[in-house]
Amino acid sequence: MAVTFSVNGTSVTIDAPAATPLLWVIREQVKLTGTKFGCGAGLCGACMIHIDGERAFSCQVQLSEVSGRSVKTIEGLSGDSSHPVQKAWLAENVPQCGYCQSGQIMSAAALLAKNPKPSRDEIVEHMSTNICRCGTYPRIVRAIQRASREA
Amino acid sequence: MTALQQDYRNAQQVMNRRGFMVGAAGLTFGFSLGLLETGTPVGNGVAQAATGNGAVMNPWVTIASDGTVAIISPATEMGQGSTTSLPLIIAEELDADWSKVRIVPAPPIEAIYGNPGFYGSMYTAGSATVTGYFKVLRQFGAQVRRVLLDNAARHWSVPVEELTTEPNVVVHLKSGRRMGYGEIAGFASVPEKAPEIAPEHLKQPSRFRLIGKDVMRSELPSKVNGSARYSIDVQVPDMLYGAVLRAPIEGSSPEKVDDAKSRAITGVVKVVKFPFGVGVVAQTPWAAFAAKNALTVTWSRDGKAQGFDSDEAFETYTAVARGTVANPVEIGEKVGDAPGSFDKATTFMEGEYRCDYAYHAQMEPLNALASVSPAGDTAEIWCGTQSQPMAVDATAKALGIPTDKVVLHDMLMGGGFGRRGNRDQEFVVDAVLLSKEVKRPVKVMWTREDDVHNGRFRPLSVHILRAGFDPDGSPIAWHHRYATDNAGKFQDPLKYNGPWKQRDVISIAGADIPSYAIPNRLAEHFPIDTGIRVVALRGIGFVANKFATEVFIDEIAYKRGIDPLAWRLELLKNAPRARKVVESVAAMAKWDRKRDDRGLGLAYIDYSGTSIAGIAEVSVDRRTGQIRVSNFWVAIDQGIAVQPDNIIAQTESSVVYGLGLSLTERISIKHGEVQESNFYDYTVMRNRDVPEIHVEVIATDNHPTGVGQMATPLVGPALSNAVAALTGARVRHSPLLPERVLAVMKA
Repeated sequence: MAVTFSVNGTSVTIDAPAATPLLWVIREQVKLTGTKFGCGAGLCGACMIHIDGERAFSCQVQLSEVSGRSVKTIEGLSGDSSHPVQKAWLAENVPQCGYCQSGQIMSAAALLAKNPKPSRDEIVEHMSTNICRCGTYPRIVRAIQRASREA
Repeated sequence: MTALQQDYRNAQQVMNRRGFMVGAAGLTFGFSLGLLETGTPVGNGVAQAATGNGAVMNPWVTIASDGTVAIISPATEMGQGSTTSLPLIIAEELDADWSKVRIVPAPPIEAIYGNPGFYGSMYTAGSATVTGYFKVLRQFGAQVRRVLLDNAARHWSVPVEELTTEPNVVVHLKSGRRMGYGEIAGFASVPEKAPEIAPEHLKQPSRFRLIGKDVMRSELPSKVNGSARYSIDVQVPDMLYGAVLRAPIEGSSPEKVDDAKSRAITGVVKVVKFPFGVGVVAQTPWAAFAAKNALTVTWSRDGKAQGFDSDEAFETYTAVARGTVANPVEIGEKVGDAPGSFDKATTFMEGEYRCDYAYHAQMEPLNALASVSPAGDTAEIWCGTQSQPMAVDATAKALGIPTDKVVLHDMLMGGGFGRRGNRDQEFVVDAVLLSKEVKRPVKVMWTREDDVHNGRFRPLSVHILRAGFDPDGSPIAWHHRYATDNAGKFQDPLKYNGPWKQRDVISIAGADIPSYAIPNRLAEHFPIDTGIRVVALRGIGFVANKFATEVFIDEIAYKRGIDPLAWRLELLKNAPRARKVVESVAAMAKWDRKRDDRGLGLAYIDYSGTSIAGIAEVSVDRRTGQIRVSNFWVAIDQGIAVQPDNIIAQTESSVVYGLGLSLTERISIKHGEVQESNFYDYTVMRNRDVPEIHVEVIATDNHPTGVGQMATPLVGPALSNAVAALTGARVRHSPLLPERVLAVMKA
């Protein structure tokens, strides 16, 4: 079925089975590959995106569910890596292998959009949806605190 | 291909026999690390390139007329940072302006780019990259700088001794004249023989501008905006998607395949039976995954691990380690005369320790893209590999073509941890074979479930430790017998039967305790061929062996009624660097401060020249046995700190990885088959599980040694020792699962 929705402000129409995971539509058809495949089960957060401003595991969202809705991926967070979270991520040298970091950044941005001054515990709890096998967790927390301060 | 890479192609084609060239790309310098079979560094720099046995000359450094300095990086990148650190070492001695440096990935030619400190391989592993290349790259950088100085001296007709350099500029202080490296590259001539640089003419560490000062890793900006490219991200025209259902037991084959349901799925192009499994090719990833899941396969029952049960294996391995079941033995450490010294000892202690299988869980499920020509005689591959030549060799072998018919695009790795360094590179070959079948490019992606089920694990192990003491209570004899799966043989038969001399160098490692003043020591390793898929995993044999030895050392302290810190300092009396890290970490943790409801545990290890000590602070839920880690302190002496903040980052990373291995991560095998599937039953550390991690980097002027995994083996023993300090109960089985903690607390 053809489904129309917006990705990073641009309208797209995708013809694919209704149950197709949004993750694969974004990666292979819209060709925005910053959103990653990690577990396919909503357990790791590598596929995290925003749908109408709320974070979502794109591997758990079916194409048909986003009809008429607004999707934001890491590529749409800012045009020039100028989002406070992205700047803080570089300032704290967060990424190592980097594979999970799009999802981490999208989770962090969603947190700060709702709660600009989160406590440390709130940060840790919110970010525990996202696995980082390189163990960059201490830096993720520091970077979110920095982004919160500097935003 | 970037313009610089094209320049490199051109440069390679016209490079002259001296290893230098002046061409379109500017001034190019090459040298060969060569003589790889001996495993010894050559370090003849450019001189070696002039006589490089007719090998194809490849450049290491090219200086363009605009001052851009292109430097090769022979390491692949999985987040450890050595693709930045290696060029930085050359740039330091060359006195290059780091902002003008461009890093170019090396082509897969081991004779030129192999690590002189790591079997001459292009194999990014073992935390061996910076330490292995450091000397030769400094020497080479200094030689290139000297050629630039000589050219400027001739140009200005001044003695070369009057010249010095600033970043990318040669300076004549007397006259105030300055000339950029790019300008010199425009007219430079090159000597027949490389200039000799005496070690004392290398930069003094106090004058380093880049080494020891943090620079941003070159690929970091791409990792905050989604533009970093991993092989899973690559798309090429006309591409299809593949998935492979692999035999659950290594060596088994598909006997009967019912693919009717798979073929009925829209978009499925082909189902292919291989000796090792069944592959499907489809128009979309989800069709490929669905088709793989819809297969019904009857597997042959001839895999070696048929019937294997990991719980029962502990009993078998214990019998092997205790010598009641015969098994080949290899020596992990032999100092003095341990058997004879046990005869002289008057008191004894014994301990038995166990470790489960563990899974790498790199975040990017394994995948590769291959494009095999319709005739099957050439191939292009995109993959994230820890060894570029292994990926090329495996592809060539699968197709029966020469290696020079394979073009490799080595991509960023979404984690490695040892999973991408196996000789057969099976995750690349999957794509190659399917592309050959359908005569179109195929990207094969493993699902997370495939990645777990087809995992190649850290071996299971059992350790028997014995110590003998003289009448004063001093340890005079030490004997460590340990049985593990043979990881070396399974991971890399070629190296196993070659430079490893049929020793399981992966599992054997880390049983030695060189800094401890115990005069007679014997470590004996019993590698067992189980048929289970086992390879190196971050920390290799150190993780299991240090769990056993550092817990046992702690148990001796308790038995003798000595503080574990004082006991280690006594054992380390002849090892000043080791004492320093132990004293430092004790000060960081305030070891002597009494804590309510929290225990401290200490561990010290020597790891490939790096001295590292850690202290865990834990509490235990006495009802559930759940361990909560509140703080983890580490002090590390790795010699020269090439990139200090990266050392901290790698150490934090190693601690988190060690926490997972020591607290929750366990692979179990029943009937030869892996039981776990995804992150719901193989649980790794999340943000909420991680303590405050405090790292002190103790930089010394010693040769830099490894940092990428050195803290991982600290964690298990530090946790077990902390639990013992708090509760008096000793957990001798890693991971320290709640039920295991409860069991020893009740005992």
